Amino acid sequence: MDFTYDDEQKALREAVSGLLARAYGDSEQRRRVTAADPGFDEKTWARLAEMGLLGLPFPEESGGMGAGPVEVAIVAEEIGRVIAPEPFVEAVVLTGGLIQAEGTAAQREGLIGGLAEGSLIPAFAHAEPGTRWTPTASGVKATEDGGTWRLTGVKEPVLGGARADVLIVSAVAGGGTRLFVVRGDADGLTRTGYRTHDGGRAAKVEFANTPAEPLGDAGADQSVAIDRAQAEARIAYAHEAMGAMQTALTTTTEYLKTRKQFGVTLNKFQALTFRAADMYVSLELARSIALWGSLVIDAGGDVVTAAERVRLQISKASRHIGKDAIQLHGGIGVTAEYSVGHYTSRLTAIDHVLGDGAWALSRLAADVDSYPTVDPLGAPYA
Amino acid sequence: MRLQLSPEDEAFREEMRTFFTTQVPQSIRDTVANHRHLTKDQYVETQRILNAAGLAVPHWPVEWGGKDWTPLQRHIWREEMQLAAVPEPLAFNTSMIGPVLAQFGSQEQKEEFLPKTANLDIWWCQGFSEPDAGSDLASLRTTAVREGDEYIVNGQKTWTTLGQHADWIFCLVRTDPTAEKRQRGISMLLFPMDTPGVTIRPIELLDGTHEVNEVFFEDVRVPAENLVGEENSGWTIAKFLLGNERVGIARVGHTKRLLADAKEHARTIVSNGTPLSEDPGFTARIAEIENELLALELTALRVVANSSGGRPDPASSVLKLRGSELQQAATELLVDLAGPLSLASYADGGSDVPEWARAATPEYLNYRKVTIYGGSNEVQRTIIAGTILGL
Ligand SMILES: Cc1cc2nc3c(=O)[nH]c(=O)nc-3n(C[C@H](O)[C@H](O)[C@H](O)COP(=O)(O)OP(=O)(O)OC[C@H]3O[C@@H](n4cnc5c(N)ncnc54)[C@H](O)[C@@H]3O)c2cc1C
Repeated sequence: MDFTYDDEQKALREAVSGLLARAYGDSEQRRRVTAADPGFDEKTWARLAEMGLLGLPFPEESGGMGAGPVEVAIVAEEIGRVIAPEPFVEAVVLTGGLIQAEGTAAQREGLIGGLAEGSLIPAFAHAEPGTRWTPTASGVKATEDGGTWRLTGVKEPVLGGARADVLIVSAVAGGGTRLFVVRGDADGLTRTGYRTHDGGRAAKVEFANTPAEPLGDAGADQSVAIDRAQAEARIAYAHEAMGAMQTALTTTTEYLKTRKQFGVTLNKFQALTFRAADMYVSLELARSIALWGSLVIDAGGDVVTAAERVRLQISKASRHIGKDAIQLHGGIGVTAEYSVGHYTSRLTAIDHVLGDGAWALSRLAADVDSYPTVDPLGAPYA
Repeated sequence: MRLQLSPEDEAFREEMRTFFTTQVPQSIRDTVANHRHLTKDQYVETQRILNAAGLAVPHWPVEWGGKDWTPLQRHIWREEMQLAAVPEPLAFNTSMIGPVLAQFGSQEQKEEFLPKTANLDIWWCQGFSEPDAGSDLASLRTTAVREGDEYIVNGQKTWTTLGQHADWIFCLVRTDPTAEKRQRGISMLLFPMDTPGVTIRPIELLDGTHEVNEVFFEDVRVPAENLVGEENSGWTIAKFLLGNERVGIARVGHTKRLLADAKEHARTIVSNGTPLSEDPGFTARIAEIENELLALELTALRVVANSSGGRPDPASSVLKLRGSELQQAATELLVDLAGPLSLASYADGGSDVPEWARAATPEYLNYRKVTIYGGSNEVQRTIIAGTILGL
């Protein structure tokens, strides 16, 4: 096992962090960008594309760079460090991952190609009101009529759903869950966008007999593929959260060193330095398990349960660090003008996009009786 | 000691419940229950309804509109009000400056201010904190210099909650910069927010709301008769006020209502084929918070019973500390219940996501404040360690 980055990975990290520092080095810039639609900066997105980051995990024949999960993790962490609002995990890892795994060769070439060069942004329309974090669909139904598939129902909240050029939609078909491609300008498609609390965008997406093309060859249930793609996205989000937690902690320690009360800087109060030390402990434990998650993907291990383990630890750490970062700042921590609260908001969003700690815990708990010990290096993970 | 409510207290509870659920407009209670922000008019309308029935300031001295209630009755009053989602009488008026004036004010001040304060004819705001005087309140720098019959006030306050609605401010100012202990040179002044030289600037909070402000004073002239108590005795008055603030801040009834809401919503959210209301992991969490809340409620009853002569029990720090943590735990529970739907935070009425789920995260983020304001929880621990444990 090796947790260190090689030279190429270090160079990648430098390059991404340089680009993002220019875009969001000043947290005011992020506020300006998230204030207007589409909630991120199209120019920054184009620069990410130029650097090859939007095609990073995909094979070259799909128009990608053929890099692995560790490279994806590096980019996600840098995104999280400045809470850049660009939908890297949503569009590239989750939606792109599904297209790569399930699409036909032609779909991969068209959609992944467009995604990689920055001309086409896809979104995954899967969440439905009244359900949570399942790999199956229930509210949107697909029917076939003379060779044309049509969708009816509602998806909400769909992250990036209003801006997306193409939607990958899960729907009930023949008793199973299948995936479909819907173009943004399709008939019978209504999208109502809104802001999310972390500065992002989501939408209510309604399908009224909307024409759709099956993703991949029409056939079996695709919920296993959805579960898998979500698991990989959970691990990528864990790295995004890592970056955000790291910044939340450094912002807090800097503040403790400069803010004066009772005639001294706050770091003279042991009650506060111990809290910061505990935050650091949470951060490092989370980092280890997040890195492990990426290595499990790389090794072809059981990504679904690995992602649950990662999710549980990241959820706990995010809450601990997010809450304490605000608390140790005092009143300024809850203002919109100061950055630290936005980190907590983003961590709260990441925690609820694809399953929170309690959700992961109950999936893990259902299984504890089936193995004697957890071995991170052995089966089923490696 | 006794466990049951006496028949009289039972009847009292029924009377309160009926009043709150029938006399306060449903639309106002719905606003509170749905976690939407109240308008100034809604606060004023509610407080006047309560005041007309003698229910706005029952904890004040009887001659100023208070009731000779037992601590238990006061508890029931507050609890039923929160359970019925009635906006509580403005704390700045009824828990803070009102009791202060009743205790320390001159006869003229009492007559002039107390009836209007009870009826919310005057909306008060609290001018204590400054940019460099937060937890360390005694380091405040706003000055008041006596010139004939007036004080000339200069400086800045911050975090002034709902100052945009306020008619008057009660302010801590430094009247003796040479006092050897910083606490000694502080006084409390009252003045209207529209006095020349007062300007106010909004501060936007993390959830996008505007509830706090910065307030600037430039040569603000305040008549000397608006001094509360003696000059340089402001610290004693402030400590009295802050103790009262802490008692009211536990908000047990409010947290109970959040938990009751959570239980109801949990029946409507299906996870892995079963409603969350049947998921033992989720219900265990509710049970745990409920039990902590029970312990807090019983402690509140004990503490309230002990605050004799209007002096808050030092254990009021326990109420602030735990009460704020439990309010936060309940708002966090609602976000977790909403799960992925919590992302639809700023969707409008056309959304298929229910309103409570949309409100959940902004409220959770907003509630990070409750462990910070009113003396942060670290400050409460310091008080417990120092004043109670003698450490
Ligand atoms: C939403 C909101 C509304 C408010 N409304 C009002 C109002 O209406 N009127 C008013 O006057 N004020 C109001 N306040 C101010 C509030 O009382 C202060 O924010 C609070 O006292 C903390 O001060 P601070 O924000 O300057 O934090 P700081 O004092 O800078 O504290 C930063 C952190 O350090 C900790 N800390 C500080 N000193 C110590 C120590 N000695 N030992 C251990 N830990 C310590 C704090 O607990 C906190 O975690 C409000 C605040 C908020 C957030």
